[in-house]
Amino acid sequence: MRILVVEDDPVIASGLRNGLGLSGGVVDVVSTCADAREAVLSTSFDAIVLDVMLPDGSGLDWLAELRKSEDKTPVIVLTALDEVSDRIGGLDRGADDYLGKPFDLDELAARVRAIARRKEGRASAHLVSGDVVLDPASLTATSVNGEAKLSPREAAILLALMKRPGDIRSKNELEAVMYGWQEGAESNTVEVHIHNLRMKIGRDTIETVRGLGYRMKVRST
Amino acid sequence: MSSLRIRLSLVLLVATGFVWLFASAWIYSESNAEIERVLDTRLQESARMVASLVMPSNASDVDRLVAKGNATALSGRYEHQLSCQIWSFDGKLITKSSGAPDEALAGTVDGFTERLIGGEPWRVFTVEDHEKGIRVMVGDSLTLRHRLITDLLKGLLLPLALIIPLLAFVIWGSISAGLRPIDAIVRELRSRSADDIKPLTSKNSPQEIRPLVEELNKLFVDVDAARQHERELTAFAAHELRTPLAGLKTQAQIAIATSDQHVREEALRQIVFSIDRTSRLIQQILTTARIDAAVSTGRLKLVDLRGLLQEIIAEHPSGKHDICLELDNCPASIETNRELLILALRNLHENAIQHVPVGGSVIWSCVVTGGRRVLVLKDTGPGIPEDELPLVFNRFFRGRHKTGIGSGLGLAIVNIALKRLGATIVLRNRDDGSGLHTEITLPEIQRSGDNFSI
Repeated sequence: MRILVVEDDPVIASGLRNGLGLSGGVVDVVSTCADAREAVLSTSFDAIVLDVMLPDGSGLDWLAELRKSEDKTPVIVLTALDEVSDRIGGLDRGADDYLGKPFDLDELAARVRAIARRKEGRASAHLVSGDVVLDPASLTATSVNGEAKLSPREAAILLALMKRPGDIRSKNELEAVMYGWQEGAESNTVEVHIHNLRMKIGRDTIETVRGLGYRMKVRST
Repeated sequence: MSSLRIRLSLVLLVATGFVWLFASAWIYSESNAEIERVLDTRLQESARMVASLVMPSNASDVDRLVAKGNATALSGRYEHQLSCQIWSFDGKLITKSSGAPDEALAGTVDGFTERLIGGEPWRVFTVEDHEKGIRVMVGDSLTLRHRLITDLLKGLLLPLALIIPLLAFVIWGSISAGLRPIDAIVRELRSRSADDIKPLTSKNSPQEIRPLVEELNKLFVDVDAARQHERELTAFAAHELRTPLAGLKTQAQIAIATSDQHVREEALRQIVFSIDRTSRLIQQILTTARIDAAVSTGRLKLVDLRGLLQEIIAEHPSGKHDICLELDNCPASIETNRELLILALRNLHENAIQHVPVGGSVIWSCVVTGGRRVLVLKDTGPGIPEDELPLVFNRFFRGRHKTGIGSGLGLAIVNIALKRLGATIVLRNRDDGSGLHTEITLPEIQRSGDNFSI
């Protein structure tokens, strides 16, 4: 899951990068509205975590601008302005959720997962494809092989594949869900992770479509 | 005595009583003298009249004459009591009025005498007629005279005794009416909630109370401003403390959750940094609150400016910057409040070294313009964006060039502290864009400065 964090406080920003990464998110951090504007143009995010008081203006103004341009990326507003009126204002300007500082990291991660899955039209926290069930919160996958603990990157790949089972995901797409801007991908890492996933959840669950990419195998009925 | 009403009533009652008593005493003593004089004169006249009318052969007429002289002057309670005796020179009682004692009323002395006769004091006037060989004595019972005077006094005091309760009632009522404006204010204040400190209406207050109401209103305004100020600071502080706390909590949760040694170490480093930043923020908030609450006490002393700056520089050792002191034009010492000055200069110095990049310089210098000393601080930092310059003294304002450790309070503290010292501060970017130029104009040399301390 690709997450954009717009936060100017260095400690919180680094905390969110590492903290959301622990639960399988790939986090890109920017510290100004201008950089956020650039970021959403170049990358498609599953969710945005937005601070309100930014050095070059209010995050809520940028959010309103974002919504005006028909961008539906789920946004959770994270701010020290925690009065009821602030929360209402934030939600009314296009935020999907609101969390006051100081917040609980696990709660934030859960809320980010929740707003992201609502965007995808899922209500259940689990993803199901054939015999495979993925729980993104605990990074576990259940299959005929039993329950398996996944690494954050394995979970990110499986999540991307299971969001739309049957659709082919290219190698580049899968790299994009594993690495943020600052991280360079090694040439064969997607293959390595797919191999590991197959070991954990079953050899024939993920199909290689030669020259195009990978997809979840949908059992023909 | 805490009740103004009781106090005023008593004072008025006692004062009125005193005046009345004094007046009574005066009237008594005046009347006493006057009555004595009038009665004495009448004694004298009666005696002379009797003496002139008496024929040695016709001495028995005396009684009738005396009675006649008396009847017109006194009646009722005071009827009678003149007694008359006519004695011959050889000591024989020729005649006397009815009711007069047999004993001689007086000796052989001419004029007024007093003596006890039958246990009663008498005042007697004696006239001697040498041609007729008689001595006429006319006497007046002093008991009767005293009764007359006592009655007069009673006439004065009795109404007072009866009127005092009435007077007390009238005074009480009048004072109540007079105190009505105070009652109105008390009622208005009492009906308010503790938070309501809007001004009282002074329009209808009497002029004696208006200054009180106006002072009270002034106090209300001050209290309201102070409260507002405090509320803002608290709200700001709460808001500003949340950000570092959020960072701390996030990093701590990462340190707990991660299995990656490097991530944990990084999180712990961030926690330490965050704690430093929060401590500094709290310290700055407390400093702000303290200088806000500063009261004026005379703690001015001579401060060695160079020594003070050297002390500040020594507190912040920095191998990465070039720090210069060019204080040749500076007076050796200035009279000021040392704590406030060091607070302001230290914050400015910290700001400068935090913003100056490695290898940059921070220069303190001093110039004298128009009889005033101006401390100048130049740094080679990024300066302050022009649009932010008017905002930098606002509390918790953090501009685009903020540092991780900044609280947004430093320049606000500098500004308040310098204002207290009577100094002014101007910040501007250097013309060539090479950093920030700060000028602190110290109060005029002759001026002793405001006596503030913290």
